[in-house]
Amino acid sequence: MVETAAATASNNGVREARRSPAAHLAGIFEAASLAGVAEIKEIPFRTMAGIRVQRASEAGARIASVSGGLPATCGEVAGNGAVSVLWLGPAEFLVIAPENAHESLGGDLLPALTEALGDGQGQVVDLSANRTVFELSGLRARDVLEKGCSLDLHPRSFKTGTALATEIGHIPVILWKRGDDTFEVLPRASFADYLGRWLVDGMREFASPEVP
Amino acid sequence: MLLISCPNCGPRDETEFHYGGQAHVAYPEDPYALNDREWAEYLFYRDNTKGAYAERWVHSTGCRQWFNMLRDTVSYEIQAIYPMGTPAPGTSAQETNAQAPEGASK
Repeated sequence: MVETAAATASNNGVREARRSPAAHLAGIFEAASLAGVAEIKEIPFRTMAGIRVQRASEAGARIASVSGGLPATCGEVAGNGAVSVLWLGPAEFLVIAPENAHESLGGDLLPALTEALGDGQGQVVDLSANRTVFELSGLRARDVLEKGCSLDLHPRSFKTGTALATEIGHIPVILWKRGDDTFEVLPRASFADYLGRWLVDGMREFASPEVP
Repeated sequence: MLLISCPNCGPRDETEFHYGGQAHVAYPEDPYALNDREWAEYLFYRDNTKGAYAERWVHSTGCRQWFNMLRDTVSYEIQAIYPMGTPAPGTSAQETNAQAPEGASK
């Protein structure tokens, strides 16, 4: 872990100065959450990489060996361990990993992906600052999302472990079902404030004390 | 609102898509040979069909892929969805040759 320490030290306090797109909503999120019913929190600074490559090509196979596979169809999520690969299009994928996978914190995900692509056709782009993650969980999480999403979110149709690019509250997002009652919503950074407040508004009726 | 079946993602709301105008508008074989009027007609003149109309759509908030759609402009019924570069269902091979693939006009 010597390298990790060195990389962190060379950061010059950048990590400490970094502010997530919905950091100012943390208090609002906490006040709006009711444990087990509807909870929301931001998971900031995940490492993300946008990949464009033909899945069937040699470069695609090399990238798949680093990322733990490339998903084949809409909704599918591939990956190994901490690294997940979401399907965005027939030749477009989003790799999502924990924050410490970024090279500024001593990780090697992006260099490994870039090396795997080599001189093959495609691209690997660091998109870590592109989107933030809202984790919405609780028994009423699906009801909250259904207020602004026209997809069929019933478990018989939207299975745990799948992710879809769609719209919530008129905002383009990626919706990733992580557990039976746990969803991750990934809006672009500039939409985080609006969508965060929109979700809190949607949660209000469930997270309020019942009126007799 | 239309419910459009994206060839990659399945049925989605119309708001997830963007419209790309008339399909099968062939790029002129030799643009330099056209006079101003012919060039303007290529750029700006489109059919205003009553009934079945072939048009281009892109699933902009989903898979970001283009496709063609045959839609009735009166009833809004979606009659067919087919890939870029292929002729509209019901057109002959002769007509197909007269139409450049979609990629050529991008």
